[in-house]
Amino acid sequence: MSMSGFMTALRSEAKYGLGDTMQLWKRNLLAYRRQPDLLVFSTIQPVMFVLLFAFVFGGAIQTGPIPYIDFLLPGILVQSGLFGSTQTGVGLAEDVRSGMIDRYRSLPMARSAVIAGRILADTTRNMFVLTLMVGVGLIIGFRFHGSVAGATAMLLLGVVFAQAFSWISAAIGMSVRRAETAQVASFVWIFPLTFVSSVFVPIETMPDWLRAVAQHSPVTLTVDAMRGLALGVEFWGSLMRSLAWIVGIMVIFVPVAIWRYRKIA
Amino acid sequence: MSPQAPVVVVRNLSKSFGDIKALSGVSFDVHAGTVVGLLGPNGAGKTTLVRILTTLLDADTGSAHVAGFDVLRDKARVRPVVGLAGQYAAIDPVMTGRENLVMVARLYHLPRAEAESRASELLMRFGLTDAADRQSDTYSGGMRRRLDLAASLVADPRVLFLDEPTTGLDPRGRMELWAMVRDLVSDGMTVLLTTQYLDEADKLADRIVVIDHGRIIAEGETDELKGMAGGTYLTVRVNDLSSVEPVRCVLAQEGDGPAMVDDSSGEVSVPLARGAAKLAGIVRRLDEADIAIADIGLRQPTLDEVFLSLTGHVASDDGSCKQTSTEES
Ligand SMILES: Nc1ncnc2c1ncn2[C@@H]1O[C@H](COP(=O)(O)OP(=O)(O)OP(=O)(O)O)[C@@H](O)[C@H]1O
Ligand SMILES: [Mg+2]
Repeated sequence: MSMSGFMTALRSEAKYGLGDTMQLWKRNLLAYRRQPDLLVFSTIQPVMFVLLFAFVFGGAIQTGPIPYIDFLLPGILVQSGLFGSTQTGVGLAEDVRSGMIDRYRSLPMARSAVIAGRILADTTRNMFVLTLMVGVGLIIGFRFHGSVAGATAMLLLGVVFAQAFSWISAAIGMSVRRAETAQVASFVWIFPLTFVSSVFVPIETMPDWLRAVAQHSPVTLTVDAMRGLALGVEFWGSLMRSLAWIVGIMVIFVPVAIWRYRKIA
Repeated sequence: MSPQAPVVVVRNLSKSFGDIKALSGVSFDVHAGTVVGLLGPNGAGKTTLVRILTTLLDADTGSAHVAGFDVLRDKARVRPVVGLAGQYAAIDPVMTGRENLVMVARLYHLPRAEAESRASELLMRFGLTDAADRQSDTYSGGMRRRLDLAASLVADPRVLFLDEPTTGLDPRGRMELWAMVRDLVSDGMTVLLTTQYLDEADKLADRIVVIDHGRIIAEGETDELKGMAGGTYLTVRVNDLSSVEPVRCVLAQEGDGPAMVDDSSGEVSVPLARGAAKLAGIVRRLDEADIAIADIGLRQPTLDEVFLSLTGHVASDDGSCKQTSTEES
């Protein structure tokens, strides 16, 4: 692209980015509104996880003075957000396959809007799912021990964290040939990332080498920050490092995802 | 721009995917207000070319201009002036027909009210008003195609690209779509369409560009091209397969090229330049030879036959007739 072409592109992103993103956001939310079963099933699974882990592992995992449900809930919110982020790539891969992306790319719209609109819709759904999970948690004994602001910040952090991973998922979704591949490819890294962390167990119980990995994991840091916020204890250290991860992931993967979008063959 | 100026100018365009040369050195023009039909079999490179011209794909070498803008360097200026109806209808199944069109109009940055009136206008034009507020996954194949065509016209493009617009449609659906394309052309639209069917190119295009393995192998007015393929074809079908050889013998002598035999269907075909004039004589000869004919007719050459005659891969046939003895069983 020439320099003037680049400036034109940048101006068009600034001018149309938000409006075009809103159009795509509406379109993707419509899919949930018109196919309620899709929403029901993408909600049942996370709720089921809360119940299963709380009741099956609840008795076996020692979390010191903290009740296991208080320990578990922030972790399982992050896990659910991560799993949910794989849907971004699946949805985009499906749009590539069906030819929708070709149509969008032939329009004079902002280059970021198709991905951003998709992620905004996934984030909206995620916000709904996480709130519901907290509701279910409260019913089975979970309690916030901090402030209302802390509780809100906890939810927000969970949503923003999942949103960052949606950009990775988007880049994958537009690099593979099939939606199924996008799904499988995501789980290859999502599973180890989720389990080698403080999501389900305190990392102190892991062997040294694994703990060394887990303690720097963005998942651990985010879960620890969310736990701190929910329990009303120290959270700043892990929050700052979690935010650094979120910014770092986005600095790399927002451009990569947009570049993949522009280069779909 | 004068009506004579080419709106699409393609020069020496090449594109490879790994080892596959999808396009190698393609050049042609599309003049304002005309329809060019890009005719080629599966894998010829039709979609690749359309995707390059609509800014979806970068070429490796060569150049292409649409409405005066370089499709490789000036994509942002090309997009507002092209309309694309891709090989597979790109419409959102969850949205209604109207919602699909309004969304596309909004993405062309039309104000809301204007987007809505444009959508209604197009729904009317393409006979979709009754189905406008139904989810488009309830549409038939023909309706989906029409909606897709409507979407490509939302912003009044200068050039319309139609990639195999009727593939998968039943005969009625094809005729309807043809009529709609003809309407657009009579309103002055410039169209580049791809197809695998000679009769479709024949019905819609002013000029035909024949492409195979990424290369242009012929180009011309529809009639010129049909002339190259031997013009009209005569096909004779017999029920008794033992009559195939005597029929082939007669056709080889009367026709303007080698006679082709399809043993499975009992059909014999031959190019016949002055078809109508010669038909009577041929029928008489077959009659004199006491051959019972199941069917006889003149038709346009098929794409296969065009390719055979253009690429010259026709089995040599000197038209000689061997005396064949028919055994009684
Ligand atoms: N994204 C791609 N990656 C690899 N190869 C590709 C890609 N797109 C097209 N090709 C190859 O390039 C060649 C031309 O393909 P193209 O889709 O342009 O043909 P076509 O004329 O549109 O065929 P069809 O009638 O089947 O649609 C084919 O051999 C195809 O396999
Ligand atoms: Mg094609």
